[in-house]
Amino acid sequence: MTESAQVSVDERIKQESFLAKLMKRPELGAIAGAILVCIFFLITADPAMFTLSGVMNFMTPAAQLGILAIGAALLMIGGEFDLSIGSMVAFSGLFFGVCVVTWQLPLVLSIPMTFAFAAAVGAINGNIVIRSGLPSFIVTLAFLFILRGLSLVGLKMATGGSTQLRGVRDQVENDWLAPVFSGEAFGGLFAWLAELGVVETFKNGAPKVPGIPVEILWFIAITLAATYVLLRTPAGNWIFASGGDKVAASNSGVPVNRVKISLFMLTACCAALVAIITVMDAGSTDARRGFQKEFEAIIAAVIGGCLLTGGYGSAIGAFFGSIIFGMVVIGLTYTDFDQDWFQVFLGAMLLIAVLFNNAIRKRVTGER
Amino acid sequence: MEPILKGRNLVKRYGRVTALDHCDFDLMPGEILAVIGDNGAGKSTLIKAVSGAVAPDEGEIWLEGRKVDFHSPIDAREAGIETVYQTLAMSPALSITDNMFMGREIRRKGPLGSVFRMLDRPAMEKFARDKLNELGLMTIQNINQAVETLSGGQRQGVAVARAAAFGSKVIILDEPTAALGVKESRRVLDLIQDVKSRGIPIILISHNMPHVFEVADRIHVHRLGKRLCVIDPKDYTMSDAVAFMTGAKEPPEQDRAA
Ligand SMILES: Nc1ncnc2c1ncn2[C@@H]1O[C@H](COP(=O)(O)OP(=O)(O)OP(=O)(O)O)[C@@H](O)[C@H]1O
Ligand SMILES: [Mg+2]
Repeated sequence: MTESAQVSVDERIKQESFLAKLMKRPELGAIAGAILVCIFFLITADPAMFTLSGVMNFMTPAAQLGILAIGAALLMIGGEFDLSIGSMVAFSGLFFGVCVVTWQLPLVLSIPMTFAFAAAVGAINGNIVIRSGLPSFIVTLAFLFILRGLSLVGLKMATGGSTQLRGVRDQVENDWLAPVFSGEAFGGLFAWLAELGVVETFKNGAPKVPGIPVEILWFIAITLAATYVLLRTPAGNWIFASGGDKVAASNSGVPVNRVKISLFMLTACCAALVAIITVMDAGSTDARRGFQKEFEAIIAAVIGGCLLTGGYGSAIGAFFGSIIFGMVVIGLTYTDFDQDWFQVFLGAMLLIAVLFNNAIRKRVTGER
Repeated sequence: MEPILKGRNLVKRYGRVTALDHCDFDLMPGEILAVIGDNGAGKSTLIKAVSGAVAPDEGEIWLEGRKVDFHSPIDAREAGIETVYQTLAMSPALSITDNMFMGREIRRKGPLGSVFRMLDRPAMEKFARDKLNELGLMTIQNINQAVETLSGGQRQGVAVARAAAFGSKVIILDEPTAALGVKESRRVLDLIQDVKSRGIPIILISHNMPHVFEVADRIHVHRLGKRLCVIDPKDYTMSDAVAFMTGAKEPPEQDRAA
């Protein structure tokens, strides 16, 4: 870059230190929080928590929440909320279950159909919000109940009265697509590592950790993809702009409505992915699936630095927010604390995160 | 001569307020047209109507003799009309560069751009830096600074630079010097002349009479939601213009808008 060297230097602008730049990143709070929570459990918890199998143990719920939280974070950056994602997990789980069990479709059809179905519901959500001009908070609150209720009614219709639809496992067991959405990946690698003695084994020689649960890989892949889109593509700029100032964005050429509706569809698809993974894992689907996940996902996104007003936040932040969540839920079982402290912990984390992020924002914009 | 941008019978109501009341509008090729009027006269509404930011309730608009129907500022922009709104239209958390290219980002060449849709940030930054330097906005060093950290005048400078850089048929500036210092205002006036010499006509809304009389070829006087008259700055004084605009004086018959 020769031309940047030629630009005359203004003495009023001093080079920002690396630390000062770091302080302005939205994900800083979540990373710091994750380190603190880590230290807390290193001190208080049984050392088993930080063995390989312990880590997989807390990363699995973290990943299931995280897939939702990344979607929620993108939507929040785009200036909207979706309170229906938890119910959406149950609803798309029902649809997936019906595809697989009732209609006996192979996964190669069931999975795309489930995503298309979820995207359509997301598009309905988005269109109502955009066309009515109502806050997405209210519209999606309505869908929180509508979708949960439909899941119950639908399950009873599909099963003839039960609120649980079984038999998914038998249907998908031998499907070639099943390993992408269920079980553990890299089984061979872990078996080999066990032979080498790197991974702990049971008495019979099988590795204690049979592989990496697929949801963790999905979680990481989605985080990376979301970060790339946010920071390196036009779509990312449009998301920030739509959430920052809708009128300004539309006046400067951003298709704001299209951006927002796409984000609603994406969030719903994240819920569908979690539904597919967890339904295949459990072998059945029920109406309580995803209960209150919408709040946990939003909490993870907020801990990750997303502003409730939109236009600011990061996917990496939501990634660490979700890991904090997983560590707290599972970590308490490794300690002597009563597990019911979990909710207190979560609420306190949320409050601290919001206060912290607020202070950071004030610094960035110069105390305004 | 046929106007490059023409509006007829434009009406825009906001509830009980009639912001545009059967208003006509003409911009001639290559000219600088100033639009003056009291606060609330409907100047901003007029230019929003011709730039697609609001949909007029009635009336028709022609660009280069062709009837147009803009549904959004994107449509107007694709037709070559570039606007600096009074509220500037910047996305606060994004950088100067990202704001300048909002909605028309440059992507990398090859599959990185076409498949992975990756932004070509170096190319965008170079362009943005050049344009700001042309405007003399040298106090902005860091092209990656978030717009929310800029001063009001610097923001206005960025918005004007963006419009001047991309406008191909018409450039509309709604009070572009309102927040600017003396030196920066001068730069914007120079830039306006510069754009004119490239053959692109400009609509300038301003409350600053010396500026208006310095650069304008014609002055559209707006009053109570409609065009009162169009005057030649060489034929009238600034106090005449202010008197027409406030209603203290009746405009002469030959300049009256039809
Ligand atoms: N979005 C809106 N909703 C309701 N009323 C509006 C809106 N925009 C403008 N108005 C009204 O329309 C009228 C004309 O407003 P406009 O912004 O066009 O005035 P202006 O001539 O640009 O004034 P100024 O010189 O103060 O910028 C005003 O009475 C204003 O209150
Ligand atoms: Mg105005």
